Amino acid sequence: MSYNGGAVIAMTGKECVAIACDLRLGIQNQTIATDYRKVFRVHDKLFVGLSGLATDMQTLSQRFAFRHNLYKLREERNMKPTTFANLVSHMLYERRFGPYYAEPVIAGLDENNQPYITGMDLIGAMAPASDFVVAGSSSESLFGVCESFWKPDMDAETLFETLGQCILTGVNRDCLAGWGAAIYIITPTGITAKTLKGRQD
Amino acid sequence: MGESAYSFSLTTFSPSGKLVQIEYALNAVSQGATSLGIKAKNGVVLATEKKTPSPLVDESTVQKIVNITDNIGFVYSGMGGDFRVLVRRARRTAQAYYDVYKEAIPVSQLVREVAAVMQEFTQSGGVRPFGVSLLVAGNDGLGHGPQLYQVDPSGTYFAWKASAIGKNMVNAKAFLEKRYDASVELDDAVHTALLTLKEGFDGELTKEKVEVAVVGDDGQFTVLSQDRVQDYLAETD
Repeated sequence: MSYNGGAVIAMTGKECVAIACDLRLGIQNQTIATDYRKVFRVHDKLFVGLSGLATDMQTLSQRFAFRHNLYKLREERNMKPTTFANLVSHMLYERRFGPYYAEPVIAGLDENNQPYITGMDLIGAMAPASDFVVAGSSSESLFGVCESFWKPDMDAETLFETLGQCILTGVNRDCLAGWGAAIYIITPTGITAKTLKGRQD
Repeated sequence: MGESAYSFSLTTFSPSGKLVQIEYALNAVSQGATSLGIKAKNGVVLATEKKTPSPLVDESTVQKIVNITDNIGFVYSGMGGDFRVLVRRARRTAQAYYDVYKEAIPVSQLVREVAAVMQEFTQSGGVRPFGVSLLVAGNDGLGHGPQLYQVDPSGTYFAWKASAIGKNMVNAKAFLEKRYDASVELDDAVHTALLTLKEGFDGELTKEKVEVAVVGDDGQFTVLSQDRVQDYLAETD
């Protein structure tokens, strides 16, 4: 799980939710790319972040897109965050004895624009949260900063500031993650995507 | 050999473009006991004649309307054995959907899956089409309100406001066309259903000879007990 490195966080606010990842891709201590995004859009109110083995993250993100496209064609609607989370959990547990080495983080707004976030281990055991979810090689230090900075009912702007500070501070203590971060803020009216610069080492 | 030169294989078209085996399946349906469904403002009612081959059969053990999920039910006209195959498949499909999404299957999705099974049996080798038409009633709380579908042996399906299948379907449909009112309450729809069945029933329609089920705003598909059917029957007199 720490071959390629990487960090993902999701955080809830008041009628908004945000998800962020760092930008580093490495092979152990050697940095291969510094623009490697680990967060994927499912639809305008639902994102999934993946941390772990990069090859499995790519396969999974493609399979999620495939399943969601089929669902949209069949049912003529988008998946709810809870529905998508259960699908992801099911897809991972199908590989119980030969798992994808990836931990997903799901963040979205439900049909009433209430935030939903959940983390999951590599075999799909869900851990829904009402505040924040972290995953990846920096998860211990991310936990620390998130516990200090998260407050209930943040607006979109405050949520961005908080999440930005959290991910930059968190990954600074991890040599396998960093090189800036990408943040997606999901609100009922639209998505804001921002890229942050961080320490270039 | 069958009634047509093209009845030797169900997967061979006749020159006029028909698959005669499917027409025979529809004939099997139109010999079955009449079933009907009516959509009301706040729910759907399914009703069917329960006729037994002999007065010695214990009617209380015959069940023609069944639950597939808590909020979806089927009734059929045609061959009882074929119906049970479809019911088993539909229940499996509904559970498989729940297993993946942890969410009850929408009525439209279940209907599509069952129709796909019926279509497959018109094109596969070594099988024959299903000798049943289905009426599917459900309410999935997804903003579509109560829903009523009819699925035929060919695998075609439509959503209906009210429909009838089986022996007396032509008369029953004509009756429903005259009587149908989209704004009626579920209770009134049950009365209409029983009146429609009564029209085409030879002999007296008693609680033992009819089966009724409803799905209301609560999203619970329930087969009515004989006592409740008796109450409704008394009100239609």
